[in-house]
Amino acid sequence: MYDFELVKPGTIGDAVAAMARGDAQALSGGQTLLPTMKQRLASPAVLVSLTGIAEMQGVCIGDGGLHIGGATPHAVVAREAARHYPALAALASGIGDPAVRNRGTIGGSVANNDPAACYPSAVLASGAVVVTNLRRIAADDYFKGMFTTALKDGEIITEVQFPIPARAAYVKFDQPASRFALTAVFVAKYATGVRVAVTGASNGGVFRWSEAEAALSANFSATAIAGLTVNPAGMIADLHGTAAYRANLVKVLTGRAVTAAA
Amino acid sequence: MTKVTMTVNGKSMSAMTEGRTLLSAYLREGLGLTGTHIGCDTSQCGACVVHVNGLAVKSCSVFAQDVAGASVKTIEGMANADGSLGVIQQAFQDHHGLQCGFCTPGMVMTTAALLAENPRPSETEVRHYLEGNICRCTGYHNIVKAVLAASGQDANAIAAE
Amino acid sequence: MPKDTGPKDHGIGASVTRREDIRFLTGKGRYTADINLRGQSYAYFLRSDVAHGVINAIDTSAATAMPGVLAIMTGADFAAMGGNPAGWLIQSRGGEAMKEPKRPVLAHGKVRHVGDAYAIVVAETLEQAKDAAAAIEADITELPAIVDMAAAVANKDHRVHDEIGDNVCFDWGWIEDNRAAVDAAFKSAPHVTTLELVNNRLVPNAMEPRASIADYDAGTQDYKLYTTSQNPHLSRLLIAAFVMGIPENKLTVIAPDVGGGFGSKIYHYGEEAAVLAASKALNRPVKWVAERTESFLSDAHGRDHVTKIQLALTKDGTFLALRTETLANVGAYLSNFSTATPTFLHGTLMSGPYKTPLVYVNVKAVFTNTAPVDAYRGAGRPEATYSIERIVDMAADELGLDPLEIRRKNLLTPDQFPYQSPVGLMYDIGNYQATLDKMVQLGDVAGFDARAAESKAKGKLRGIGYSTWIEACGIAPSNLVGVLGARVGLFDAATVRVNATGSISVMTGAHSHGQGHETVFAQIVADRLGIPEGSVDIVHGDTSKIPFGMGSYGSRSLSVAGSAMIKAVDKIIAKGKKIAAHMLEAAEGDIVFEGGKFSVTGTDKAKTFGEIAFSAYVPHNYPLETLEPGLEETAFYDPANFTYPAGAYACEVEVDPGTGRVEVMSFTCADDFGNVMNPMIVDGQVHGGVGQGIGQALLENTSYDENGQLLSGSYMDYAMPRAQDVPFYTVDHSCITPCTHNPLGVKGCGEAGAIGSPPAVVNAVINALHRGGYDHVKHIDMPVSPSRVWSAMQA
Repeated sequence: MYDFELVKPGTIGDAVAAMARGDAQALSGGQTLLPTMKQRLASPAVLVSLTGIAEMQGVCIGDGGLHIGGATPHAVVAREAARHYPALAALASGIGDPAVRNRGTIGGSVANNDPAACYPSAVLASGAVVVTNLRRIAADDYFKGMFTTALKDGEIITEVQFPIPARAAYVKFDQPASRFALTAVFVAKYATGVRVAVTGASNGGVFRWSEAEAALSANFSATAIAGLTVNPAGMIADLHGTAAYRANLVKVLTGRAVTAAA
Repeated sequence: MTKVTMTVNGKSMSAMTEGRTLLSAYLREGLGLTGTHIGCDTSQCGACVVHVNGLAVKSCSVFAQDVAGASVKTIEGMANADGSLGVIQQAFQDHHGLQCGFCTPGMVMTTAALLAENPRPSETEVRHYLEGNICRCTGYHNIVKAVLAASGQDANAIAAE
Repeated sequence: MPKDTGPKDHGIGASVTRREDIRFLTGKGRYTADINLRGQSYAYFLRSDVAHGVINAIDTSAATAMPGVLAIMTGADFAAMGGNPAGWLIQSRGGEAMKEPKRPVLAHGKVRHVGDAYAIVVAETLEQAKDAAAAIEADITELPAIVDMAAAVANKDHRVHDEIGDNVCFDWGWIEDNRAAVDAAFKSAPHVTTLELVNNRLVPNAMEPRASIADYDAGTQDYKLYTTSQNPHLSRLLIAAFVMGIPENKLTVIAPDVGGGFGSKIYHYGEEAAVLAASKALNRPVKWVAERTESFLSDAHGRDHVTKIQLALTKDGTFLALRTETLANVGAYLSNFSTATPTFLHGTLMSGPYKTPLVYVNVKAVFTNTAPVDAYRGAGRPEATYSIERIVDMAADELGLDPLEIRRKNLLTPDQFPYQSPVGLMYDIGNYQATLDKMVQLGDVAGFDARAAESKAKGKLRGIGYSTWIEACGIAPSNLVGVLGARVGLFDAATVRVNATGSISVMTGAHSHGQGHETVFAQIVADRLGIPEGSVDIVHGDTSKIPFGMGSYGSRSLSVAGSAMIKAVDKIIAKGKKIAAHMLEAAEGDIVFEGGKFSVTGTDKAKTFGEIAFSAYVPHNYPLETLEPGLEETAFYDPANFTYPAGAYACEVEVDPGTGRVEVMSFTCADDFGNVMNPMIVDGQVHGGVGQGIGQALLENTSYDENGQLLSGSYMDYAMPRAQDVPFYTVDHSCITPCTHNPLGVKGCGEAGAIGSPPAVVNAVINALHRGGYDHVKHIDMPVSPSRVWSAMQA
């Protein structure tokens, strides 16, 4: 790993200032960033640890629904979101493993936008708002393809606000090695309609399955999507599954998520 | 180089670090506590699990400076005060929950974290909690039994079901 | 020889908990990476990132000038050294010797696989060494990569080694003289079942990555090497005599605590010689610890066979003949056991536990631009067992026979032993019906239908699969392996040193890297001598302390090294009798040794073992011409035959038809390991083997792309079995036919689980699919991943 200067600000303001220094990178748990740095694939001059910022920690109910501080570890979300948004808590409790969940944070995951990460599906299916030091970004405007987001250089996710659905479920099919999602589906039913977000499957990163959303908004039952098909074009094909297989998983897991949520 | 001090197994200890010094390297090379092992470079295998402020973490995926001042517990701090094996350690020996011993420190530390959260886990909960700890020797059978036994349950009966 | 059947707390047959656990559980294990020597420097190896290329030039000038850099050596610096040899000479069908390209310490002239090391950088710190490695400018012209074995054999223009036109190391026929008879049997056979299958390539993945520390002493010109080895003596021999050309007495190899091996640490690797040379050049210790990525790229891999197997049968399922054609990948260079694994550890097992009268095996070993392939837990025997047990199931399916009944019909019966197999082995003893019956009982085969109905109610397809397996292990008999091409003897040795106060140090040539030798060997020695186990210490892993040894692999430690220990202990007893005769003023022939006492038969005159030991070192009145002082004996043991453990396994799975995911619901093993010294440890060995076998069957997939890039080069893509992927296993070893030719009547259990389990898993999956109506699925190659299962179901 290349060397760098590690700084650990105590406030968002100090973090933003540190990020403004040349060649700075945010460190928010680091469970993905560290392996990347070990391979010398990243070489920031300054690493800004966000884990010491109290105002970016924690889970609470607010105007936007369930508000989760950007530096809140998965384990905390798993525990503290359980009574407000059980599907989200269940998602958090299935990320990585217990040790990873104690370090990895929601902000880190959403900022990285790994195409097989869990959180992006919850953010997108919930129509959540990604709050940064600069602005509020609607989920539909935030994800821009794998490892790509609307974030600008130096911008820090301070909070994610999740409108709480009437019903929801997340069903993840593990990639057997990494335990990331080979494909996973988050289904959330709101008064305004059903949102279905899929992670792990597409070369374009997390996406909404709009046909399923329409069918499920009309009839929230697994049978409602029985007649739909998922086009394998654009699906990820790798060691662990073909594109056709992932397309199948999208449909199967969506059905299971609906059943689990209903 | 920056001096980093932590409370490790109840004692205040210090070593010099760079920004890139991992907690695992700080423990192994800085403090000479080589019971914490490095089995991979992708935060998957769990041989390096230690507790930081009471929480299990993979010490290969944490920078020492990021947890400066923390209270850290390693495998070297798991025995009883008189040097005898602690309850979890004893269960691992009694149930042959280790063979080559390389993954063992991480297994013990993860088990300690599990039992702190969930004092009487089911077999399924044990297997789920050990998801981030890879063992190549035991096929996990005796590790799972050891964890169940450490929680005071009848591991032999559960395994025979 | 268990003396009773009740639970024991010590001695042979007791589940004594392991003494080595204390240090492993308290963080006091001492693995190579834990060792730091005063003044040590750090090595980093620069490895090829292309699978195949010509090294035109390596410019190290900028790197050499970087901070902290002490030395940079490239392949050219080692070109004068010898190659790392293959231990077995295999002859092709025409009698031609196998092709043996030199395997250099560091790649020179060409790089031949991704991860092929071509330079070593030594610096004051590891990061400095890495920084310097990044500054080395290597001018390498990439050549087309040869990855697929069939293409390698067909394409004469692309050569891994320029001098080997068809990339074939050898084309081996076993037994060539039987070929015509086998072919004739197939021509007239009422039924022939044919299957093409892949035995998937695996990365052994001992949890401790390889590591080596070299320490050269310029004062004495002695080399010391701490290294992660399963057999330090073999490493010493190879390094000293073959590679570096230094006298063996000037090299000490120490394998301290070793974190698993599974075959991958049997071999000598170039990094060991490189750090030794660097240490001498710098006159400082040089430490290298592999990162997991390096393990994936440069540890010897396992398996990787592509096989066409055919079974000729009568319509009622009696086996008439079996033949196979296999392409076996040896990778870019021949690793030490690589030529034995697909031949004599595979072809000689192709009649399995069955009466098949005619068998012919053809194996072509193929060079490719991939990491070397060698023995991995089971080594050749899992490949044989998988091929046989899959085609037996397929034949049963084609003939409408029950898979258990077709096995029963063809298993050898107890009255047939000793049995001369058609592929060259003499099975000494066994009772395959007994283990099959035990498996049927323990696995509650009778209750399967009810369980299948429960699964169906959950929307799952349940299946059951079987495997009846045999192996030849206790890898030794030097006479036999010599005939089979081994260039070394495979005996083992032990020294039993009785100290003056009666405590004992046993120096063994076996090496424990998880097997629990320190506990079990102490049980055996103490039991034989009638003394407390706590008085016996087992010393292993240091060539300067132990007489000689061939290490631990091939399920050999107990049956070979353990037998040497028994032989040495018996010499101690014989010497003790002489001392007792002298002390008790009796005739040597009248001394009996029992319960830790030497006594004069028919009298109450006796000396304890401790008194005899003390006397041996205080020999004030010994008749020195006939009785030497001291009590220390060494024995070498070379068995007369392999041992032949066997067993019957049953696996039950549930298949999720929506996702193709397979869950192992239960796994039952009934094994015959001969006499069992420590049941707890035997259970653990089987658990571990089965865990690895389930991994091979369902999860583990070593995949190179067409350019020779390793796609599964980390735990992010190489699926290791985790606790969630396996069930509690049911294991039993109460069916015992003691080995007929070693003193303990033991057979070996280390590889069994990995040998017998993969076909049981795959057979169970196919069974589940058939029961679920997916009759068209005849076979799915391992790993039987969800994607593969689902795709097969759609076809």
